[in-house]
Amino acid sequence: MADKIYRVNMNDLSFKIEEVPQEWMGLGGRGMTSTIVAAEVDPECHPLGPNNKMVFAPGLLSGTIAANSGRNSLGAKSPLTGGIKESNVGGTSAAIFAKLGVKALIIEGIPEDDSTFYHMHVTRENVTIEACPELVGKDNFEVLDAMEEKYNKKVAVMTIGRPGEMKMLISNISVRDPKGKLRSHGRGGLGAVMGSKKIKVITVDAEKYKETELADPTKFKAANKVFTKALKENPISGEGLPAFGTNVLVNIINEAGGLPSMNFRSGNSENAEEICGEHMAENIEARGGSTTHGCHAGCVIQCSQTYNDDEGNYLASGFEYEMIWAFGANYGINDLDLIAKIDHLMDDLGVDAIETGVAFGVAAEGGLVEFGDGEEAYRILAEEVANGTPIGRIIGSGTGNIGKLYGVVRVPVVKNQAIPAYEPRAIKGQGITYATTPMGADHTAGYAVATNILNSGGYIDPLKKEGQVELARNLQIASAAVDSTGMCIFVAFPALDDPACLPALIDMINARFGINLTGDDVTNLGKTILKTEHEFNLKAGLGSADDRIPEFMKYEPLPPHNVVWDFTNEEIDAFWDF
Amino acid sequence: MPEMIDVTVKLFAQYRKDNFKVEVRSYVQNTIARDIIADTGIPIERFPIGVLMVNGRHVDENHALNHGDTLSMFPKVGGG
Ligand code: SF4
Repeated sequence: MADKIYRVNMNDLSFKIEEVPQEWMGLGGRGMTSTIVAAEVDPECHPLGPNNKMVFAPGLLSGTIAANSGRNSLGAKSPLTGGIKESNVGGTSAAIFAKLGVKALIIEGIPEDDSTFYHMHVTRENVTIEACPELVGKDNFEVLDAMEEKYNKKVAVMTIGRPGEMKMLISNISVRDPKGKLRSHGRGGLGAVMGSKKIKVITVDAEKYKETELADPTKFKAANKVFTKALKENPISGEGLPAFGTNVLVNIINEAGGLPSMNFRSGNSENAEEICGEHMAENIEARGGSTTHGCHAGCVIQCSQTYNDDEGNYLASGFEYEMIWAFGANYGINDLDLIAKIDHLMDDLGVDAIETGVAFGVAAEGGLVEFGDGEEAYRILAEEVANGTPIGRIIGSGTGNIGKLYGVVRVPVVKNQAIPAYEPRAIKGQGITYATTPMGADHTAGYAVATNILNSGGYIDPLKKEGQVELARNLQIASAAVDSTGMCIFVAFPALDDPACLPALIDMINARFGINLTGDDVTNLGKTILKTEHEFNLKAGLGSADDRIPEFMKYEPLPPHNVVWDFTNEEIDAFWDF
Repeated sequence: MPEMIDVTVKLFAQYRKDNFKVEVRSYVQNTIARDIIADTGIPIERFPIGVLMVNGRHVDENHALNHGDTLSMFPKVGGG
């Protein structure tokens, strides 16, 4: 049976199955979610009102044996940015959706009776929606336990904690990974969208499915072999990420003077050695834990880990660079274990690491908290945010809003979304991505750090303007395409440096569907996705004046290189000339 | 006697195994990065140099060091 579109209407809790329109057949992941959002969501709608939709779509290769293909995309209009959003995540949902034959799950409307929350269960050819008053007010791990008990250990779970129920802009949607830990559709306040639709948890049945069909299994296997080899033999995906995780970046970004510190006042952090990946790996070795863990079953890179305290008790998993940077360098906590404790709490509550961490930086700037006071940050999250007190609501409203409330000028956001762990002034190609991506400041949209700092895909001087717009454009086009395949972004490292990698990826798509995509087709797919998203944003009122880096970065030189953001508007806007 | 310079050498990621993290070392004037790499004994056959920086700017292995410079050595690393 061909893949279908599952459509749920929360207005009357109804469900129907639809054929996939011919022109959507070749789409998956981000290509699918952005196309549907652009086609069906009014760009001017209130993101938390009845006319926004949530669209889940597994990648084109999800559900197959292709290495690292288990990322699921979620699209909607973002309540944080006011523009289109796609956020993809590992976990088990993508593969199961694909095996159930769900090309996309579209959720629209808002229930008339909004006195409770609902549990949505997706099975083969059916979706049930039931009130779940017993889960209201619970956070993610408790919901996870309840779902495992109700179904089995394999069921895919997507859930929101209390901040999501309260429609806070820092809230995310958490997804169960194969070991029962959490990953998240992190950015853009998508947890609030789920909360607005009164959905507490979505589960996807992992028992009755068919295996995905391959048009040409032999060709598929051969291509997957080449692809897997490229991932394993690349020094970054094969060695660095498994050994140190993403947190290996703290030192190199700090050495390059691009590690945003103390709310983006400096590109160097005093805390780097305390919070770096090397120190984390030492702790993991000494305390028992694991440096390798995959966020979904087919991951051969395994950048994730489990991190214990000094008595060997579990503290955190999926303990990422972004989280450690946000609370360690940018908010100033010099204690990795305390950051891990906060990480675990945030996983349970379901709030975005970047938006929340950067919010604390701006809150410190505004005098609500003190830089480096990790105990207070923990308390605010556990007591104020979790319970929706006025202070909790302030933090929960995200970086940009806190800046406004406290009269702060140094507010690191683009399209109201917090800037991640790479300084635009000192890593200029990354700055162009932040400015131009339709997603709001997002590093994964076009990871210019690779070529500006890591010598992947060549080298372009991070402090100079030359070549950055073109670099960011090419990377964003490629990322939009890769985000459609279900692949994790770290596939980018071998793809940038190993000529065998991308052709093997394209061969797999062709062998899966019996088609003949070329490299140019894939590039065109990436371009079309970006343009579709850009068009949506323009209609939503996000124009070129929103494709800008915060003004303070133009006049505050960033130590140690004492650089400012010096692109003209025309130079930035040239990004869209394609 | 050739004039000597002090260079702060920093090692990262796999290079730290059985080696120092940061050390001020003396070299003769005009020593290039490649010679210092060899002098530290880091395992570049197993983990080739990914990034070299002097004072936070990317350089290649032929870069000649000056007194007071900081030389940072990384194998290929990445994340995101
Ligand atoms: S490399 Fe990391 S992010 Fe990518 S699939 Fe594996 S564990 Fe997940």
